[in-house]
Amino acid sequence: MRNRPKLSLRVPEPKHRPGDKPDFSSLPIPEAGEVRRPEIDVHARDISDLAFTLIRVLDKCGKALGPWNPKLDAETLRRGLKTMLLTRAFDERMFRAQRQGKTSFYMKSTGEEAVPVAQALALDRGDMCFPSYRQQGLLIARGYPLVEMMNQIYSNEKDPIKGRQLPIMYSSKAHGFFTISGNLGTQFPQAVGWAMASAYKGDDRIAASWIGDGTTAEGDFHYACTFAAVYRAPVILNVVNNQWAISSFAGIAGGDESTFAARGIGYGLPALRVDGNDFLAVYAATQWAAERARGNLGATLIEHFTYRAEGHSTSDDPSRYRPSDEAKAWPLGDPIERLKQHLIALGEWSEEQHAAAGKEALEQVAAANKEATSHGTLGENKLPSAATMFEDVYKEMPEHLIRQRQQMGV
Amino acid sequence: MPTMNMIQALNSALDVMMSRDPNVLSFGEDAGYFGGVFRVTDGLQKKHGLTRCFDAPISEGGIVATAIGMGTYGLRPVVEIQFADYIYPGFDQIVSEAARIRYRSAGDFTVPITIRTPYGGGIFGGQTHSQSPESLFAHVAGLKTVIPATPYDAKGLLISAIEDDDPVIFLEPKRIYNGPFDGHHDRPVQAWAKFPESEVPQGHYTVPLGKAAVVREGKDLTVVAYGTMVHVAKAAAQDSGIDAEVIDVRSLVPLDIATIVESVKKTGRCVIVHEATRTAGFGAEISAQVQEHCFWHLEAPIERVTGWDTPYPHAFEWQYFPGPARVIDAMRRAMEG
Repeated sequence: MRNRPKLSLRVPEPKHRPGDKPDFSSLPIPEAGEVRRPEIDVHARDISDLAFTLIRVLDKCGKALGPWNPKLDAETLRRGLKTMLLTRAFDERMFRAQRQGKTSFYMKSTGEEAVPVAQALALDRGDMCFPSYRQQGLLIARGYPLVEMMNQIYSNEKDPIKGRQLPIMYSSKAHGFFTISGNLGTQFPQAVGWAMASAYKGDDRIAASWIGDGTTAEGDFHYACTFAAVYRAPVILNVVNNQWAISSFAGIAGGDESTFAARGIGYGLPALRVDGNDFLAVYAATQWAAERARGNLGATLIEHFTYRAEGHSTSDDPSRYRPSDEAKAWPLGDPIERLKQHLIALGEWSEEQHAAAGKEALEQVAAANKEATSHGTLGENKLPSAATMFEDVYKEMPEHLIRQRQQMGV
Repeated sequence: MPTMNMIQALNSALDVMMSRDPNVLSFGEDAGYFGGVFRVTDGLQKKHGLTRCFDAPISEGGIVATAIGMGTYGLRPVVEIQFADYIYPGFDQIVSEAARIRYRSAGDFTVPITIRTPYGGGIFGGQTHSQSPESLFAHVAGLKTVIPATPYDAKGLLISAIEDDDPVIFLEPKRIYNGPFDGHHDRPVQAWAKFPESEVPQGHYTVPLGKAAVVREGKDLTVVAYGTMVHVAKAAAQDSGIDAEVIDVRSLVPLDIATIVESVKKTGRCVIVHEATRTAGFGAEISAQVQEHCFWHLEAPIERVTGWDTPYPHAFEWQYFPGPARVIDAMRRAMEG
């Protein structure tokens, strides 16, 4: 025992820092179609292997392989592709709007579009989404008007949430999209509560929620998994592992020790680990979890293994902490390119159609932006009266708020 | 009319609401089959079924968060946090979420939930079973904070809280669950049955949120209190011979400042009593508002009698607890001032 080494503190570090050549060759990536697809009534302990692999459907050539192939019709695939293109075009335009000083803040979802878009298509329209801040694809896929999103981003006179929230913190009950919180992870156990309520009422709607790899370290993750398992809540708990939490790599949240999916096993939750840049795999895993939830069999934890191709937000500069070409080196490619390749391989799409769809997306975004900016942008003081800031604190305005509103002189 | 102690009155409120509204349900640690460590949910599972009154994991954050989710779905959950001292793991969900969801969604999503929790000292609970954290909640825009002091009010206020469309923090002064403890710890506590406030209707009634009650009329001085301290204040008035008017605040937010102001304008003197620590306690807010509204009527500086600014010390229960002697001292100072 005397020869035992002294204790030493270990602080995890990412494999690559600025200036390094990104190399992902040691990342274990199973072949597409290789992973089994269990029946939906399986017990979590019997599929623990699925938490340590990657469910993949699309191969390098764009062919859909294996038991997880959801066999979607070409129309649905094209819809998914166009929605991802639209989401990316929207992100580009809004990022630029921030740089132009028209809003204070923006967050892109570049490289991760398959997660919200495929999931929105796999869920029913009545299912309730409790998103984090990078699932704008859900809203776009569900047909929420782009101009409404922009009105919120610009905090203008038509802002549906009246200038009260930081840009991108959308809310639309009509679109099954829960009001986004800036406090990370809080929505995860709330989604479980919503799902418990649905079960309590004998409803057939389910809930879904999203957090990032970093937020799995919050207590809310533990609360959500515990309650989801204990009460067998009809909910899909998604961890979008995009490798980075602002500047902290996934290892800081414990991602080096195990997979994020594997955490589900300890709670008795079936856990799937999915290639998050593979539209078909994301769709199939979501469909599996949704069928399971709707069948009263309870919750599923899904880890979407993807890569945050851009900065955390407009306030971030990722070249300060990771190689600038790391996104290009990401071995699981780009979700739009991969679905495009698949549709072309099926003979259901062409380069010309793709270019046209890209152009159409840009035009849609430009038209929406023209309309939204006509209602004002941040700082143009085109907001409704500041008196509205006192509304909705409570259902009915209490006397002390009425007095304060009078004091403000509005 | 039946006689109930505060526990029975709270139980009756839950029973009435669960009977009237299928969207009302209740859960918390030990709150299901067993009926809660203070027995407030006793018998509700048996009567209303397993899914309407059930046990929760030891997870205050999870309890509050799932209640919020249920509220946004359209239910009216009433959750029990076993002791107010345990509420802090749920604090983020209360402060950042429940309180703000209506606001940040411009009324699209709402959280009609009630968070019940026993609070306060006088029970030899030490620092983890005696705290009075009301000012932490009263400080947060979007929350309502309610504290009953009698069985009648407990039932009526709890029904109002459950029917309210905003989140309500419902703090139950556990020292007076069984009888109106007046701070004379050397005397036996009388059971609620001996007092008229224990006459509680069997069925549905409400006591509105945001209305204080004048529980003792007087002309010399106003004592403002809530929870257990209402009874301490009444005893102090009785013992001191000072003709004090005692006001039970009942609802910290919204605060019925008009009733307090009316009384202080009449008496010209004001003593504020609470168990919580003094610095930034709710007494500071009442004091500030009283001087704003009554400055020219005040005959003496406003006095505060509170817990000391220390954690709640187990073995020094009665040195810490602001009993009648300390209240009387403050009343005398206010009379002389």
